[in-house]
Amino acid sequence: MNQDIVIDITDLNKWYGHFHVLKHINLKVQKGERIVICGPSGSGKSTLIRCINRLEEHQQGSIVVEGTELTTNLKNINDIRKNVGMVFQGFNLFPHLTILENLTLAPTWVRQLPEEKAKKMAMEFLARVHIDSQAHKFPGQLSGGQQQRAAIARALCMNPRIMLFDEPTSALDPEMIKEVLDVMTELAEEGMTMICVTHEMGFARTVADRVIFMDAGEIIEEAPPEDFFTHPTFDRTQLFLNQIRTQSI
Amino acid sequence: MNPAAAQKINIFIPRPNEAPPLDTAGPIGWIRQNLFNGKGNSLLTILALLFLLKTVPALLSWALFKATWVSGAACDATREGACWAFVVEKFRILMVGIYPSPHLWRPAVSFGLLATVVILTLFRLVSARTLAFLWFSLPLPLFWIINGGMGLAHVDQSLWGGLMLSMGLAVVGILFSLPLGILLALGRRSRMASVKALSIGIIELIRGVPLITILFMASVMLPLFLPKGVNINNLLRVQIGVILFSSAYIAEVIRGGLQAIPPGQMEAAVSTGLTHWQATRLVVLPQALRHVIPSIIGRCVALFKDTSLVIIVGLLDFLGMIKASTQDPEWLGYEAEAYVFCALVYWIICFSISRYGRSIEKNNAW
Ligand SMILES: Nc1ncnc2c1ncn2[C@@H]1O[C@H](COP(=O)(O)OP(=O)(O)OP(=O)(O)O)[C@@H](O)[C@H]1O
Ligand SMILES: [Mg+2]
Repeated sequence: MNQDIVIDITDLNKWYGHFHVLKHINLKVQKGERIVICGPSGSGKSTLIRCINRLEEHQQGSIVVEGTELTTNLKNINDIRKNVGMVFQGFNLFPHLTILENLTLAPTWVRQLPEEKAKKMAMEFLARVHIDSQAHKFPGQLSGGQQQRAAIARALCMNPRIMLFDEPTSALDPEMIKEVLDVMTELAEEGMTMICVTHEMGFARTVADRVIFMDAGEIIEEAPPEDFFTHPTFDRTQLFLNQIRTQSI
Repeated sequence: MNPAAAQKINIFIPRPNEAPPLDTAGPIGWIRQNLFNGKGNSLLTILALLFLLKTVPALLSWALFKATWVSGAACDATREGACWAFVVEKFRILMVGIYPSPHLWRPAVSFGLLATVVILTLFRLVSARTLAFLWFSLPLPLFWIINGGMGLAHVDQSLWGGLMLSMGLAVVGILFSLPLGILLALGRRSRMASVKALSIGIIELIRGVPLITILFMASVMLPLFLPKGVNINNLLRVQIGVILFSSAYIAEVIRGGLQAIPPGQMEAAVSTGLTHWQATRLVVLPQALRHVIPSIIGRCVALFKDTSLVIIVGLLDFLGMIKASTQDPEWLGYEAEAYVFCALVYWIICFSISRYGRSIEKNNAW
């Protein structure tokens, strides 16, 4: 059982200056587990998942990813990043490269894959997210939904064992949200370990193994989706769920 | 369908287009709207016209209609017009200084090479990558052709001069200061405090001092710091001064470009496993450079003009040769012609570079 834990966060604390942004976070993620993190704006969701691939540095506690602890050791950080893909709210595709070049950049430079091989693999991933016809366009020529799917494919090209999503659909128009969520659902069904910050409650209900609710830098509630949505144990969670429901109606 | 209801539908027929009223369109409209819209503007237009009427014909008559173009002797009689024969006579010295006659083909070949690369650049005949390669590999063959060695007769650097020297200083200055400026700009953003402090120190020190001072220091003081026995000639010292000066400014231009790149680009790049350095080189820097190409071209223009200051440390560049040629006892009194020609050449070169920069700015879309 313990061997299957791929992310192990123990008593994690982080400060921005004097601002205590993450407070005593404990989180264990098993292989193949799908976790959805939700919570009000500013609660520290992004900060938490950005700590997992060290885009943010923590000051106390430990984060162990696939047996490697995140410290100031640059090589460890890099090894972890190679196996942990990340998808951002704003897509962050490289505007000076075509979609195909966006996808082949890391495989050729980090995995030292020959260019032909990298291209072939990139095309396969683009086909999986249904945008192989856009391979030679630049990011600016794609719709938001297409860009986000390209960004997912870019992360997948490194064959990561864990995927982090930071509000991947909140910059998208409603009709594009579905196409991105569909891709993410397919990924979940293939058994990818996923941590996903999102307010898409339908996605959380169908895909997540566990839903985590954060507020003010703490994990308040942690439960399987049925329990989480039907009988949350904290008033704060209840309030948040009510707000989300009224918004989506 | 009910025929009564169908009858009620009106069919829309668009009106034909009509020509705009004459006084708002076409050349007359333009003149009205831009030159004579209101009392103040009309007055200014008339004043400007009067001024042009007073100056332009006189200038044209001096520079073109009453000018002498060929023989030197005829000049003194017709002093009403410009004596371009002076420029014709001095042309060689203005272009290449006192570069020895039997070797004149060498500056000519160099100029041909430079012109070829310029044309390839202007008309975008080859890819950006090839262009960069061509430009950066240009100085070495040019130096060999002009300087000699390896089979070619050596021509001492004290014999170099004129426009050739100005262009050489500027082209080499830009080409070397570009990578140096990139390093300084990256250093200034480095997370390592010592690298950052050093970069800021160098940039601010150089930017806080006029180019003249740097040239003096390079020419007079640099030899004092060098170990005994190491001897670099004056031209090289001045060139180093020009490169340092230019790289500080280019560093600031590039820093502006780097700041314009959202941090998400770096984050996305390192999150795929690229190292910080790879991400900088492959993702952040190419975007930043593309943003600042117009400003860098602006720096090229500025540097080309600034090289005229080397006259104060005894190098006879284009302006230096202009000045020297007016002192020729056989050709006294042609300062006007000399400096008008000098300004014209500078203007043509700088204006062309600027226009090229503008055209890049317009095509700079991804
Ligand atoms: N670089 C920073 N410096 C200082 N404070 C920061 C920084 N980044 C984030 N914060 C603060 O930390 C808190 C948590 O930010 P975080 O981005 O993790 O929130 P979030 O839960 O992802 O919110 P959202 O739903 O709006 O994305 C916020 O109050 C924010 O203002
Ligand atoms: Mg966030």
